[in-house]
Amino acid sequence: MTPLVTLESRAVPLLRDNIDTDAIIPSREMRSVSKDGLADGLFAGWRYTAIGGREIDPAFVLNQPESKGAQILLGGSNFGCGSSREHAVWALAEYGFRVVIAPSFSPIFQGNCIRNGIAPIVLPREAVEAIAAGFADGTPVTIDMPSCEVRMGLAVFPFSMEDEARTMLIEGADAIELTLRHRAEIEGFFARDAAVRPWIYLAD
Amino acid sequence: MTEGPLTLAEKIWSAHRVMTLESGAEVIAIDRLLLHERTGGVALKSLEEAGRTVMHPSRVFATMDHIVDTFPGRTDKTLMPTGTAFIVSTRESAKRHGITLFDIDDPRQGIVHVVSPEQGIILPGAILVCPDSHTCTQGAFGGLAWGIGSSEAEHVLATMTLRMNRPPDMRVTIDGVLGEGVTAKDLALHLIAALGSNGAKGHIIEFAGSAVRALDMEARMTLCNMATEMACAGAVIAPDDKTFDWLEGRPYAPKGEVREQAIAAWRALYSDDGAVFATEHRFDAAEVRPMVTWGNSPQHAAPLGAPVPADALSKADQQRAVEYMAVTPGEPVEGLPIDAAFIGSCTNSRISDLRRAAAILKGRKVAEGVKAICVPGSTQVKAAAEAEGLHEVFLDAGFEWREAGCSMCFFAGGESFAPEARVISSTNRNFESRQGPNTRTHLASPETVAASAIAGRIALVSEIAA
Repeated sequence: MTPLVTLESRAVPLLRDNIDTDAIIPSREMRSVSKDGLADGLFAGWRYTAIGGREIDPAFVLNQPESKGAQILLGGSNFGCGSSREHAVWALAEYGFRVVIAPSFSPIFQGNCIRNGIAPIVLPREAVEAIAAGFADGTPVTIDMPSCEVRMGLAVFPFSMEDEARTMLIEGADAIELTLRHRAEIEGFFARDAAVRPWIYLAD
Repeated sequence: MTEGPLTLAEKIWSAHRVMTLESGAEVIAIDRLLLHERTGGVALKSLEEAGRTVMHPSRVFATMDHIVDTFPGRTDKTLMPTGTAFIVSTRESAKRHGITLFDIDDPRQGIVHVVSPEQGIILPGAILVCPDSHTCTQGAFGGLAWGIGSSEAEHVLATMTLRMNRPPDMRVTIDGVLGEGVTAKDLALHLIAALGSNGAKGHIIEFAGSAVRALDMEARMTLCNMATEMACAGAVIAPDDKTFDWLEGRPYAPKGEVREQAIAAWRALYSDDGAVFATEHRFDAAEVRPMVTWGNSPQHAAPLGAPVPADALSKADQQRAVEYMAVTPGEPVEGLPIDAAFIGSCTNSRISDLRRAAAILKGRKVAEGVKAICVPGSTQVKAAAEAEGLHEVFLDAGFEWREAGCSMCFFAGGESFAPEARVISSTNRNFESRQGPNTRTHLASPETVAASAIAGRIALVSEIAA
C-alpha cells in the first residue's frame, strides 16, 4: 500500500447523507473477481445519463472540470452505508481518491478504506461544508496525517483517528504481514482455548 | 478477565483477546469465517496471489448465494454474463484450500445468514465474521457477528484473527408486547425510523427486554439483520433455552457431553447487572405498528397509513427520496399501486416467514399485472416449505417459486425488476436502483408484502381479509 503522509488537492463535494455502496459501485458494475477495472463504474448511476450507459452527465460534480485529478472527496453523514462490498473502496482508489472526509462513516466502509490506503477522516458537518465552499474557486486542501489536521488557507480542522488506523495509513503497512509476526501467540491462544471451548475447534 | 460488571459483548470480546498491540488495538481470535461468491472469491484469490495459505480451513465455510441464479434448473450460468466467473473462482479456490463449500447443487446451499444457523456454524459466545454487511443477523444466537470487507476476510483467512479496537456498547431495550400481526421486521423498521440510519454509530447493539426475549429465533434473526441499517458494528441477543433448543442436532453444533459443557458456558452469556453501556435506548413494543418505507433509506419508514413527512421537501435527503420514489409529502404510501412483490432475502426468507405469508395468500390470487416472486432463503427452507405444501399456496396465488439465493434483493446476478417498478419487498434496503434501474422499493414484513400482492397496492393484511 502506498503510504499516506501529507497530500494537497482539491476536495470534491458530494454532500448527500447516506451515500451507499450500491451508489458508489452498483452491482452491475462488478464484473470480475478482481480489485481492478472498477473506476469506470464509480458512481455509475449518477455519473452517466442512463443506467448501464457511459454518456457523461455534465451536471454531476465528478464530471465538472474542477474535479479533475482531485484526491479528496467530501461526503455527507453515514458515508459508505449498505453493502460491505470493498469494490466501493477499490473503485474510489482506482479513480484516484486518497481521502474521504465526512461527518460519519459506515463502520465496514471505514475499515475497508484503511485497508486500501484511503484515509476516512471524520469532521463535523460545518467543517465539511466550509471545505466544500472552497471547491468552486479551486482552493487546495492539505491533509496532514502525522499532525491529524486538515488545512485550507488559514483554516485548520483537527481530526482524530485510532492510532492503529493512522499508523497503517502513514506506513502503508500490510496488516497480514504485521499480524503473522505474532503467529506463535495466535496459535498459543488457540491451543489454550481449545481446552476451554472444544466445540469451536473443528478438525482441519 | 476484567473486573466488575461486564456487558455481554465485552465478555465475548475478552474471551477472544489474543494480545493488545502497541497502537492500543487488539488482536482478536475469530472462530468462524463465512464467504460467498461475490466478496469471498476475491479474498481467496488475493490471498493466493500474495502466496499465503488458509490458517484453519475447518473454520471457514463458503456458499453460493449472491450471484447464482434462482431460476429452477439453474447452472453456473447467470443472467449477468460475467457472473459465472465469481461462481467458478470461489468453487476452485474453496477446493484448493479445503474450505467447506455449500455449492449450487448442495442440499445445504442458501443465503449465508440462513445456512450458517441451519448448520450450527454460528454458536453462542462465538465470534463470526463474513464479508457481508448483514452478518449481524447471526448475533441473534448470542455470538458476536459482524460484516467485514474482502481485505479483512483475507486477513482472517491468513491469521484467523482481526486487528481491532473494541467497539463501544449500546443497549436497546424493548419491553412490552408486540401487537397482533406486528412482526420483528416492523419492530426493526420502527427502531431505525426512531434512531436513524446512523443511530448505532459504530456500536455493538445488544437487543434486550421482554419483547426481545419473547421473539422466536427466526424473528430474532430478522431484528438483528436490520441492525446494520443503523450503522452498527454488530448486534447481539443474550442466548437462552430457545437458542440452545434451536441449535440442538445441527451438524456443526456440539453434541452429547460437549453440548452439555457448552450450554453450561453459554448460560454465563448475559450482561451483568450494573454493566455500563456507552448508550442506552428504550422502546415500548406496544407502540410498534406494521411499517413500510417511503424513501431511499430504511430510516424513511412509517406505520402503514401514516403520511410521508409533510415537510419532506424542506430536507435535502428526504426531498431527493420523495422525487425518486414518486411519493407525496403529507400523504401515505398505503394505497399506491404496485408493479411487483418480493418475498425473500436474509431478512425474511425463513420457514416461519413463508408460513405467515402463505397463510395470507391461501385461497387468494395476486392482483393482475403484479409480478410476484418468492425465493426461499435456503435449499433446506425450500424443502421444508414443499414438505408442508407451501409452494403450492404460493404458486396457486400466482407467485413464482424459486431456488434459494439472495436473488432480487439487489441486482447481483443480473435479474431485475422493470425500470421504475414500484416493488413491495420483504428485503432490507430501499436504495436507489437496488432492485433494478430506478426501481422504487418499499420495505415491509412478509405479511404486508403478501397482502399488497393480493390487493395490487400497498395494503395492510386487515384490508384484504375484509
